[in-house]
This record gives sequence, C-alpha cells and structure tokens, in this order.
Amino acid sequence: MIVFKGVHKWFKNLHVLNDINLHVTPGEVLVVCGPSGSGKSTLIRTINQLEPINEGSLIVDGMDLSDKKTNINKLRAEVGFVFQQFNLYPHLSVISNITLAPTKIRSLSKKEAEEQAMVLLNRVGLAEKRDAYPAQLSGGQQQRVAIARALAMKPRIMLFDEPTSALDPEMIGEVLAVMKDLALSGMTMVVVTHEMGFAREVAHRVAFMADGVVLEEAPPEEFFLRPQHERAQQFLRQLLTPMQSECP
Amino acid sequence: MRGAFSPPTPPKKAFRVLNYTFDWSIIISGKYFDWLVSGLVTTLKLSAISIVLAFILGLIIAVMRMAHSRPVRWFAHAYLEFFRNTPLLVQIFFWYFGSYKILPTAVNDWLVSTNFEFAAAAIALTIYTSAFIAEDIRSGVLSIPKEQMEAARSAGFSYLRSMQYIILPQAVRITIPPLVNQFLNLAKNSSLAMTIGVMEMTYQARQVESYTFKGFEAFTAATVVYLLLSIAITALVNVYNEKVLNVHKAT
Repeated sequence: MIVFKGVHKWFKNLHVLNDINLHVTPGEVLVVCGPSGSGKSTLIRTINQLEPINEGSLIVDGMDLSDKKTNINKLRAEVGFVFQQFNLYPHLSVISNITLAPTKIRSLSKKEAEEQAMVLLNRVGLAEKRDAYPAQLSGGQQQRVAIARALAMKPRIMLFDEPTSALDPEMIGEVLAVMKDLALSGMTMVVVTHEMGFAREVAHRVAFMADGVVLEEAPPEEFFLRPQHERAQQFLRQLLTPMQSECP
Repeated sequence: MRGAFSPPTPPKKAFRVLNYTFDWSIIISGKYFDWLVSGLVTTLKLSAISIVLAFILGLIIAVMRMAHSRPVRWFAHAYLEFFRNTPLLVQIFFWYFGSYKILPTAVNDWLVSTNFEFAAAAIALTIYTSAFIAEDIRSGVLSIPKEQMEAARSAGFSYLRSMQYIILPQAVRITIPPLVNQFLNLAKNSSLAMTIGVMEMTYQARQVESYTFKGFEAFTAATVVYLLLSIAITALVNVYNEKVLNVHKAT
C-alpha cells in the first residue's frame, strides 16, 4: 500500500531522509519513533507529499509520487492526515470542518455529508459539539474532531504526525482510544508517536529512526524486548526512565 | 471668481455674515430637495457598485500577488504600485477624457450615448481602491498560519480552492478593520466624480448653492449625508461580522 524504495530527501545540505526502504501492507499499523530531529515527521509528510522527495521511488495506494503526472490532489483525498497541532479551520463550526471536503471534493450533498459527519462525531464521542467552534474545544476534543474530519473523506490510509504531543496528559487517552478503535477496524495507519504504550498494544510493526535513517524495523514485542541497535536501546531507556538518563 | 477689471462688488449676503438668514426650507422640500435626493441616490449607487467590484478585484489581485507563477506575481505587483501611487483625480480624468479617445468611433459613440461619466467614475474608484484592498488582504493572508494551508492541501483541495474555502475567509475576517477604512475612503472619494459631471451628492449640493446662494445649508446637507453614509457602512460591516461570520466565536 505504501512502498518506499531508496528514498532520499535533503533540506539544503541537511540529509533528512537517507535511503528509506519501507513497506506498509493494507490494514497494517506502522508506528514510527525516534529522537527529535530524526526525520520521522518528514518521513510521514512525504507520504501525502506535504514534503516532496528528492530521490528514490515512493508508491502510495498505487500512485507513484515521483511521477510528475500523478494527480497529487486526488492522492491526498485518499490519504487522511492528522497534525500535531490539529489545524482545524477556526472559522468553521465542528460540523462544517468535517463536511467541507466531502461536499466540495467528493460532491456529497449537504445532507449526506452532515449525516455522515454525525456518525463520525458519535464515533469520536463528540456529537453534542456539532455546532461548537474549534476555539471552544479542549485540545483532546479538537484532535478527535480532526480525526473525524480526516475520516469523512473515507481515506484508504491514515497518517498521524505526533497526534498527542501537543495535548495535556489527561487528554492523551481519549485520542489514543479513538486511534486504537480505528486500527481495530482495519485501517492502514502510519503513526509517528512517542506513546510507547500505544505502539506496544496497537502497532503491527515499529520503525525506529535516527539521523534520517531507519535503523530498526520490528514487531513491537521484539522491538521493546530486544532492541538491536544501540541508539534504539538508548532511546527506549530514556523514554522509560527519563530521570536516570545522563546529561550530555 | 470676479473679473479683474470690475471693482470688488460681491453679493451683499456674502459680506453680511451676521445678517445671513438661514433658510433650511429650500433643502428639505421642493426642487432643491429633489436635486439633493437624486445626488444621494447617485452617490449610493456609485459607492455600492464600486465597493463590491473593488472588493472582488482586490481579492483577485491579492491572490495573484501570491501566485506561484512569477509573471502573474509581477503583473499584480505592477498593478498595485501603479494604481495606488497615482492620484485618484488623475485616474478619473484618464478614464473619462483619455480612455475613450483610443477606442474605435462606434464604441466611442455608444459610450457617449450611455452614462459614461458614471462608468468612468466607477471604474476609476474600483481600480484605485482595489489596489489598497489587495494589499490589506494580502497582509491578512500572510498572518494565517501556514498549517492552515497544509491542512487544506492534505484534505485534497487545490491551491486555489484552499484559498477560496479556508485561507481567504479567515484572512478577510482579520482584514475587516482596514477594509472598512477602504470602503469609507471610497464612499468619500466618490465626491471627486463631480469633476467629470457625475450628478452625485457633492455636485448637487454645489448646484443648489449656485442657484440659491444657500451654500451653508446645501453643504451642511452634503456633510450630514456623507457622515450618515460612512456610519451606515461601518454598522453594516459590523453586523455582517457578528451575525454572519460569527467572528466572536471563531477566535
């Protein structure tokens, strides 16, 4: 479903993605983790071409992203993206946030789109917020609306770029619950996250990145119990016992 | 102006300020009242048409100013600099006295048979004001976080559709205070149209003054009309802001 083959990307002289080879099969949940600056956000953003790649080939849902003729808007309509900062449209109510793209891009009628939006709002537990504006919601609620907004396009792939990193601790759970529910329904997902509990429980595979390279790729039980690479061991140590890690 | 050779014998009333008798009756009824009302109607029409067109044109120029294509950007930039850095009166004269001269005779005749003064004034006001509006809107767009564009693009919207549905609606909300200023300027600038014979408010007030020597009354009427017009524009935009755009909820 998503195939990276020898993908490279540079920001000026900075080699942010170095020979990425990854394969995500339909229905699979891939968690990408790694220290900050490792290129994991860039990686997930290449999948819907928010960041274009410089070298190699990237095929998403049968569409070749290195081919100039690929209709990028069509691809993006099939790929849902959830941002760290939610990025809801602040001038629109919750329901309009969700129905905008389906009515304008999928040409659904307003009624159909609203019915579908209410199903999704029920699913993320926010049906009563349909007429609220984003500024009136908590971070966790905004992120759940953002997930509903992405799902309204009936995407074949969902991408999550650190969806809980901007949330207060007590709101992380509600968002992860929605994502877990989505994973169990068979959605193909790529998730950049530091939530190792989520990775352990929901992911089929974990990819560990550092300095633009995928250093390790393994099922979660293997990755968490027996990390092979030294950087991965160090990363996990820091995550699990942050107080004991040495100062640089 | 008095002739240079005749001794200065101004109309008596102009000198006898203290004995000036106010006569408001002439401007609140009768022929002169009708003139003033027709002037008001023309001013309203001219302002309303020009405001709507200037806003639309300003939006288009603002988007062109931020386009990916370099020639489009340059065109918009040249347009802006040209029209906001030349006097409005010169632009009005250009459209009225200049533009039709280079057109074919047939078009020319047709233009003269229509209300060409009004059209020339509307064109000049629209283009002049659109340059300012475009810059206001552009600064509004630049203040929208780039993540909004990313969110729109990642949903599958093209660049222009993202602008249309997500970026511009937010930018216009932010831009409303400076936009109101532009609308007010336009409404007041419409008085310059009298110089090419558009029979708008100022023209009619001047006319009433010429016929009656009641300059104080006539221009008091014009002043009050412009004042009310400006207040009405401000109030309309504020109501639209509150009721339609829900600005208070979305911030």
